[in-house]
Amino acid sequence: MRNFFILLKHELRMLLISPPTYIAAVLFLCLMGFLYWAILRGMVNTPEENLPIVQFFSIFWIPVFFVVPLLTMRSIAGERSTGTLDTLMTTPTSRASVILSKFSGAYIFYMLLWLSTLSFPLIAAKLFPSAALSGSLLEPAPIIGGFTFLGLSGILFVSIGIFASSITRSQLVAGMLSFTTLFVAIIGGQQLGNIAQNGAELSFWASELVNYLQIFQHLDDFSRGVIDTRPFFYYTSTGVLLLGLSTLVIEAKA
Amino acid sequence: METIPSIRVENLTRKFGSLTAIQNVSFTVNRGEIVGFLGPNGAGKSTTMRILSGIMPATSGSAWVGGVAVAHNPYEVKQRIGYMPENNPLPDDMRVVEYLRFRARLKGVPGRKLRETVQDVMETCDLARTARRKIIGTLSKGFRQRVGIADALLGNPEVIIMDEPTIGLDPHQIQGIRKLINNLRGRLTVVLSSHILPEIERSCDRVIIINRGRVVASGTSDSLREEFLPGNRFELEVKGCETRVAELFKAKGLEVEFLEKEESEGDILKLTIRAQGNGELGPQLIAALSDSPDCTLRSLAPRVPNLEEIFLAATKRSWEETIESSKIKPAAAAQS
Repeated sequence: MRNFFILLKHELRMLLISPPTYIAAVLFLCLMGFLYWAILRGMVNTPEENLPIVQFFSIFWIPVFFVVPLLTMRSIAGERSTGTLDTLMTTPTSRASVILSKFSGAYIFYMLLWLSTLSFPLIAAKLFPSAALSGSLLEPAPIIGGFTFLGLSGILFVSIGIFASSITRSQLVAGMLSFTTLFVAIIGGQQLGNIAQNGAELSFWASELVNYLQIFQHLDDFSRGVIDTRPFFYYTSTGVLLLGLSTLVIEAKA
Repeated sequence: METIPSIRVENLTRKFGSLTAIQNVSFTVNRGEIVGFLGPNGAGKSTTMRILSGIMPATSGSAWVGGVAVAHNPYEVKQRIGYMPENNPLPDDMRVVEYLRFRARLKGVPGRKLRETVQDVMETCDLARTARRKIIGTLSKGFRQRVGIADALLGNPEVIIMDEPTIGLDPHQIQGIRKLINNLRGRLTVVLSSHILPEIERSCDRVIIINRGRVVASGTSDSLREEFLPGNRFELEVKGCETRVAELFKAKGLEVEFLEKEESEGDILKLTIRAQGNGELGPQLIAALSDSPDCTLRSLAPRVPNLEEIFLAATKRSWEETIESSKIKPAAAAQS
């Protein structure tokens, strides 16, 4: 455990000193800022049922598709291809703490990026005090719910990236693999849900299973303030499973 | 504790699918010894070293480091070993001192000793003044190698394993690394592999030659010389002809085998011979040639085979053995 903190500190330090981190952060904030602006602008023209922040969270998948692969593809694949993973393995460090530190580093950075998007409604509230007073910009419930969702789903998404990075030595392959897996997990689950709704007969357990994979549905629930234990279980257990598999992979493929 | 060897390896075998990287490798390294690991590319040197440092499990067989079994307690073994992998991978975007501190922490050096320990290894490896705050990516190869060795020295290990520490270095840097290894003599057990044979011969107490996954020879370079290239070798320059020289030696009762012959201008022969006999052979050879009027000895020098020749002889012998055994096997299969 002691080594975990040393590795995590190292990981965060490397993130802080490497230029790609800042590039990714700037791109992410530009894109998300633009999207938030577009949502606000859309609301000016046509009345919408949902609050802007709820709409903003519902497009969480756009940045996930590029930020998570970019953030995680280097973590283990890069270390393996330069050989520094070997030198790490010769120290009395457990493999689990190596994987956990990589995961935590990426996860912390991922959540920091999302937390910084909180500045958008704050800026908007500063600029449009009247909208802020009506409570449409800084409603606490959807914000808390939305961030809980992002925090939970982030466990799964980042661990998908870490797993993809652990099974190959090429960063490119790792990036593509995590992108496609994320796509299948997010969009594929939704598509399955659509098929199930369009009248296809599913037995009870199968429809339960499909419901379980509805990432968008989870987001909807969370931003309404409905906090269900099933998504908790889904994201954490799958995340832990993937991290466990990554540990086994680097143990076998050292 | 004195009796426990630093490294003991018994019947170590490692297979990658159908390929056998090492087969029944056994050797011991005593405390404080500097042992060189020699072998052609793909012989299994790196595999053996990786198994010893606990990165890779063996298919069968056992290895002990300081009396601790690598397979049973890799955690403890890693605390006793400093390992520098082949090509010495280092993170390019860290400073030397930062990297060494990070590694020291990982190796369990307590916080209050951290500065002191890192300073010590940097001084041992001559990094303290010149390269302390430099970014590793900008260092020359020699300095990178020093950083790798400094890293291996951190955490006070009993055994240091270095995979090709001198690869790609210029002669000055090689000399520097050799001095460094010499500084470690007596304090630590050092195992290093190299292609550069004079290098090993100069810095190692003992040599283990490995070929095609098997240990083909092990011992000091003198004992290997005895084993693989027996007899005394001489190089001589003679004015005269070869048959006459052979006759003269025979007359004196010296058994001489001619190994190489080279003719240069003015009918001067350069001969390399292997002689067998009792007592000092040099004076006897001189005496044999001094009486005859048609053969004049111009020079005579004993030739000590270097490690390169021993290495070639040892690996050649093991190749011949494997070829022979593979010839016998199909024949046996055909008979049955």
